[in-house]
Order: sequence, then C-alpha cells, then structure tokens
Amino acid sequence: MPNLEEYVSITGQSVVDDLKLLAERLKGKVVQHINSTAVGGGVAEILNRMVPLLRELGVDTRWDLIKGGEKFFEVTKKFHNVLHGRPQEISQDDFDIFMETSSVNIDEVSIYGDIIFVHDPQPIALVRKKGDNKWIWRCHIDVSNPNQKVWAFLQDFITHYDSAVFSAPAFAQKLPIRQFLISPSIDPLSDKNKELPQEAIDAVLAKYNITADKPIVTQISRFDRLKDPLGVIEAYLLVKKYIDCQLILAGGTAADDPEGMAVLEEVKEKAKKDPDIHILLLPQNDLEVNALQRASTVIMQKSIKEGFGLTVAEALWKAKPVLASNVGGIPLQIKHKYSGLLCHSIDGAAFALKQLLNSPKYAKKLGENGREHIRNNFLLTRHLRDYMLVFLSLYYQEDIVYL
Amino acid sequence: MNKMQAKQPFRFYTRLHLSELTGLRASNLSQLLEYIKVVPGSCIYHHTHRFLQQHQYLSPEPPNDFAYWVTGVLGEDELGERLASIDTIQYSTIRSLREKIISTIEEYQASNPRANLRFAREGEEFYFIKSASFVLASNYVANDLKEFVRALKKVTMDSIYFHIFEARLRLEKTSNDFSYWIEFSVGDKALGDEISRLDPYTQTLEDLRKKLIKIIDKRLPRKK
Repeated sequence: MPNLEEYVSITGQSVVDDLKLLAERLKGKVVQHINSTAVGGGVAEILNRMVPLLRELGVDTRWDLIKGGEKFFEVTKKFHNVLHGRPQEISQDDFDIFMETSSVNIDEVSIYGDIIFVHDPQPIALVRKKGDNKWIWRCHIDVSNPNQKVWAFLQDFITHYDSAVFSAPAFAQKLPIRQFLISPSIDPLSDKNKELPQEAIDAVLAKYNITADKPIVTQISRFDRLKDPLGVIEAYLLVKKYIDCQLILAGGTAADDPEGMAVLEEVKEKAKKDPDIHILLLPQNDLEVNALQRASTVIMQKSIKEGFGLTVAEALWKAKPVLASNVGGIPLQIKHKYSGLLCHSIDGAAFALKQLLNSPKYAKKLGENGREHIRNNFLLTRHLRDYMLVFLSLYYQEDIVYL
Repeated sequence: MNKMQAKQPFRFYTRLHLSELTGLRASNLSQLLEYIKVVPGSCIYHHTHRFLQQHQYLSPEPPNDFAYWVTGVLGEDELGERLASIDTIQYSTIRSLREKIISTIEEYQASNPRANLRFAREGEEFYFIKSASFVLASNYVANDLKEFVRALKKVTMDSIYFHIFEARLRLEKTSNDFSYWIEFSVGDKALGDEISRLDPYTQTLEDLRKKLIKIIDKRLPRKK
C-alpha cells in the first residue's frame, strides 16, 4: 500500500505538509472508527486506505466492527433502500430486529476512543454508550428524500451525537447538532486509478473482444435500476443513428441480489440486437475497471439516484469527458460545461453524447478541467484533511479557529 | 546586514476550511434573498469565495455561487451577470458585500417581478453552507524578500488564499498580509502598493502566485 510520501508527486509537498501540521494537533487523541464490514462496499474501501495513512501521520486510529446476523443485515439493507427514497414496507418487526442486534453490540463492542467515528446506520445505536468522549455519525447514504419513519427512528440516535457528516449539501437535515459536508474521495494510487501502460489497457480490451476502432462510450456501475443501464442503452441507440460508436456497460451484481440479476437480464435482452454493446460482468476487478475507463472516449453515469457517484471522480481523474445525471453528489464533481456535462433525461443524455463525440477538442478540455477539479477537491489527501478538521471541530465551536 | 532584511520575519500561515451545512435551502429568488439577509457572515463568505479555491484552475472563473445558481438554475442570466460582476475587492467587510448582493437582487426584482415566479427543480435548490476556518502556522518563515519568494513558490494555495483573501476581507484588514509586511517590515512601500493593486478575484490562484513571484523577483538584487 502506498505511503504518504508517494502522494507528493501528485498533490505537491505542501499539501502533505499541511496534513502533518493538522496531525500534530491531534496528538494524544485516539480515534475509533466503527462500521459493519471490513471488506466490500465503499465504507470499507475508504477505511482500508484512511486508517493506515492516519496512523502514518501519527494520529492514533483504530477500527472496530459490529456484529450482526443475516436478519439484521436484511433490515439494514431495507433501511438503506428506503433512506434512498425507494418504496418498501418497514414493519415494527424490522425495528425490533435492529434493536435486538444493537443491544448485543452495545454490550459487546468496546468503546475506548476519545473520538468515536460511526459509519452509516448499522452501528448507530452504539451512541447509547456515550460518555465524555466525542461522537461523529458519518452518513454515506443519499438522504435527500428519506423514508420519514426510518429517518425519525434514526434521528433519536443522531441527536445524541456531537456532529453528523454528509456527502452532499442536499443531504443535510434539520438537526440540533452541527452538520458537515465531506465529500468522499478517490485514491489516485489505487489499482482503480493509477496510471496504466497502454499494453495493459489493450490487453483488457482484447480479453473482452473489444476493438478500439470506433469511439467507446462506457458506464461502469453495478446492474441496478438506480444506475439506469437501460436508459444508457436508449441514449446510445439514439446517438448510434448518427455516429458509429460502441457501448460498454460494465459492473458487478451480487449473486444474492435477485433484483440485480433481473436487471442484468433485461439489459442483455435490450442489447442483444446490437453487437457493439458489450455487457461485462466484472465484480471487484479494479485493474480492469481502470483499463476500461482509460480506453473510453466518453464516460457516462446516468444514475437516477446517487450517493456521491465516485465513478465520476474516477473517470475525471483519467481526464475523460464525463456525461452524468444531475443527482446526488455528481454536481459537486461536474460543473456543467466546465468540467463535464450534466443531463436530466435520455434525450438530453443523447444530445450531450453527440456533442462530446463530435467535438473532441471541447471534450478534451472538459476532461482536463475535470482532472484538475478532482486533484484539488476529491483526492484521498483532501479527505484525510477534512476528517482531521472534523475531529478538531469537536473541540471548538467558533467559525474561525486559531490552532 | 542585508539591506533587504526585514524588521520582523514573515510567518506563512495556512487556512483550511471545512464546509458546515446549515440545512437552509432556497427554491426561488425571494427565498434566496430572504436567507442572504439572515445567514451568518461565514455563509456569505463561503458562497462568494469558495469558487476561487475549488475551481482554481478555471479562468475566467464564475466568481460566486449566487451568480452561478441564478444563471444556471433559475435562468436569470442578467441578474447572474450583475452578481458576478460585483467588484468584490471593493468591499473590505462581509457586511458591505452582503448589502451589495442584497441591493443587486432587490433592484433586479423591482424591475423584473416575473423573476420571482421561477423555481428550481427538486434537488437543484440553493443550499446554504458556511465555512468553518482553521488557521495554523506553516513551517515556512521568511527573513527577507529572497526567502519570501522562495517560500511563496512552495506554500499551498490555501496559504496564499489566507494571506490575500481571508486576511483582507473576512478579518476586515484594509490590505493583504503580504503588502503589509513588505511595506512596514521590509520598508518597500512601492512594492507593497503594487501588490495591493492586484485584483485577486479575476485570475486563478496559480496565476496570482506567479504574478507575485514575478513582481517581487524584480526587486531582488541581480547576481553579477
């Protein structure tokens, strides 16, 4: 795993120096992260990078997990869906199952940090163990339009925290505690984002029988209705009437996700008449995702809902022109016509796609602006800085703090 | 003693900010105005200065979030232009900048009453955010102009931002820190004035850094 000094060539020495200055102010504090899984999912991915880097900076950082059985995680998956605004019935049983497992975790999880950093709803009830330490609740979910019953249930816990952290301005809620905006980030040195030699990119295209003889439009996303893969195909088909291009839809779907499998089948059905549509199932293959993004002419992210949409940051970091929906955290990453194009519909997506494919110079400029925007705002180093600032904010209430 | 030696060394500070959500959102021009009148100064500061830092690669830059939203979301291009062209550098307090933004919107509303009928789509509302600022001393110190230029090449954008923008506007200083030090500690009033006259709002921070280095470099004794 890369160490801090390796980021200097990307961000400049002074950015890393600032991180060291902040870390010095946190000497003596123990930061305890708590979430529900050590592998898989965005939270674990970020913590796997953050925890070692914070330690390297000298911030005593630990990471603990809660436990839960199948029923508990079924309930938290339901919570996740309805917080995203999807209709689904939540019963009293669901709340009871949640509380039953939470009680066990309250008994069993040791709380020893000066700062307790709780990620997402699964461990939220641990705040009942709050003593004279500081507690932060980090919400990684799009809660711009949450199910009110579940939100009210969670709010009873949230109000006991010292601060909450959200990923986009639209996710802010009316709460009696401080709320901070911290966008997620990408790691420029990870397998998914590091530079790749052309041979490696060509090898991945060859593996999937894709030839780069015509422009490649790509969406990397799991096969999920919220990512609108069918809408992507429709937009592509509208463009295809005028521009000979090809489409890659690549992503994973969990074998135990029946809805995901159904979406995949619908996508295959819709794509079967066009040999230029490539449907690739690649769960957890970061190097291949990286290669496909780098091989692409335009990258799309036509989501209907999005927490943050880190695939947009990944694509922009590769200086690719990106066309994405104006939802969730995407407008933070793309300023329309400055660092990419935003759309609201299939027709709008098709129109923008034609623009990008027909105007390579314009597309190139958007991609270059996008890369600089990501360098300044969405790399792991900025995320580390914001986390340390939130830790420090727990000890100061003023708008301007002299450290 | 080197005649460029300053009376007092210049310590570069850095200023890091965290965005704090207020939970306030506006869907149309009237609501925007209503909140602009009452939100904390750190909110006005955030929305008139954040763009400079987050989009420091763009030039010319959309100067503030109000202008960007009014143009891009409400489609009020003329008001957007008026807000974008507010000469921020003229205002040495957030209070006076806020008043100028308010009067610009009110005047526009008076002559364009239909502007109040335009609403943002769901999800595209204006979200009020404020800046929580953390100021800390960096490890860069200059005892003379030569060291000052050397440090200027290395410090973060945040540091330049702090000494040029934060000090001048938010902390209500009449000049910027660089000009002040050069005039009173180095004793070069002309150079201090030249730096004061730079308009930092119409160039990228990287261009501003280059310009500062060039101006100060000219004052350094040439090697024979």
